[in-house]
Amino acid sequence: MSAPMAQKGFFEVLRVNFAQAIPHAKECGMVIDAIDASGARASMPYRDAWLGDTERGVYHTGVITTLVDTVSGLAAVAGAGRFETIATLDLRMDFLRPARQGAGLRVQASCYRLTPSIAFVRASAWQDDEQQPVAVSQSTFMRGPAPGAK
Amino acid sequence: MSVPDLAGARRAAREHGDFSLLRERVPYAAFLDVQVRLEGGVPRFRLPFRDTLIGNPALPALHGGVVAGFMENAALLHLLLLLDERKVPKAIDFSIDYLRSANAVDLHAACEVARQGRRVAQVQIRCWQDELGHPGRTREVALGRAHFLLGAVTAP
Repeated sequence: MSAPMAQKGFFEVLRVNFAQAIPHAKECGMVIDAIDASGARASMPYRDAWLGDTERGVYHTGVITTLVDTVSGLAAVAGAGRFETIATLDLRMDFLRPARQGAGLRVQASCYRLTPSIAFVRASAWQDDEQQPVAVSQSTFMRGPAPGAK
Repeated sequence: MSVPDLAGARRAAREHGDFSLLRERVPYAAFLDVQVRLEGGVPRFRLPFRDTLIGNPALPALHGGVVAGFMENAALLHLLLLLDERKVPKAIDFSIDYLRSANAVDLHAACEVARQGRRVAQVQIRCWQDELGHPGRTREVALGRAHFLLGAVTAP
C-alpha cells in the first residue's frame, strides 16, 4: 500500500491554512515549521499559562499532549497525502523529563505506517535540544473518506 | 510569582468549595477554565464550552488535545484534592482512547484512583457529555489513564 504522490501544493495548503482550520491551535499559538510526506514539525511559544506547577516552574503535561495530538494528526494527513477526515483512536504519552518554564515547545511527528484504514504515528516533543525530549508518543488514527467522496 | 501554599489551597477547596487557590497553582487548569466541585466528597470536573476549544469547525468537534488536556487536569486535581501531597504529583505517562468525537458543548470528567502505592498512583479518567437533544442522557467521549509520581505523603 502506498499513498498517491502528494503534490507540493498540498503540503503548502496544509501549512498555511492550519491555524485558521483549527481554532484551538490558533488560540495556543501553534505554528507549523515544516510538513511533508515524511512528517510534520510544529512549535508553540512559551506562556505562563502552560505551567502545571508554579512552585517547580514546569509545564502541565496536558499542554505537551495538546501539541503532540495536533502535530500527530497533521502527520497522519500528510502521510495519507490527501485531504481526508481522520479520527484519533488513541494516543499515549510518556513524559520523559519536565518541560521547563520560559522555553517554548517543539514537536516532530511522523506517520510510520499507513494502511487503507489506519495511520500509525509516533512523535517526540522537546524544548531546546531535540536529543533531550520531554515526551515521546505513539498514536493511531482512523482514516476517513476524502471530503466530498461518495 | 508568589506560590499559594498547597495545604491551604486544599483546605479552601475541601472545606469551603473554593478552588481558586488550587487553580492558581495549576495555571493550565485556569487557562482551559476547568471547573471543580465536590459531590459528596468526590471531585467532579467540567470544562465549559467556548469556540476556541474547537479542533474541527466542520463537524463541529472539540480539539482532541483539549479533551486530553482536560482529562489530565482532572486526574491531577483529583489527586491534589484527595491525597495530602506536599508537592504537585508528577505525571509519568498518560494514555487516552477516544470513543467518539466531542460535540461543541461542555465536557465532564470523573476520576478513580485504581492503585495508590507509596511512590506511584494510577488514575482512571472518564470523560462524557450530555447527549444533544436528549436531556438527562450522556455519551462517553473518552477514557484515559495516567500514572503519577508521588512525593512525601503526610501521615494521616
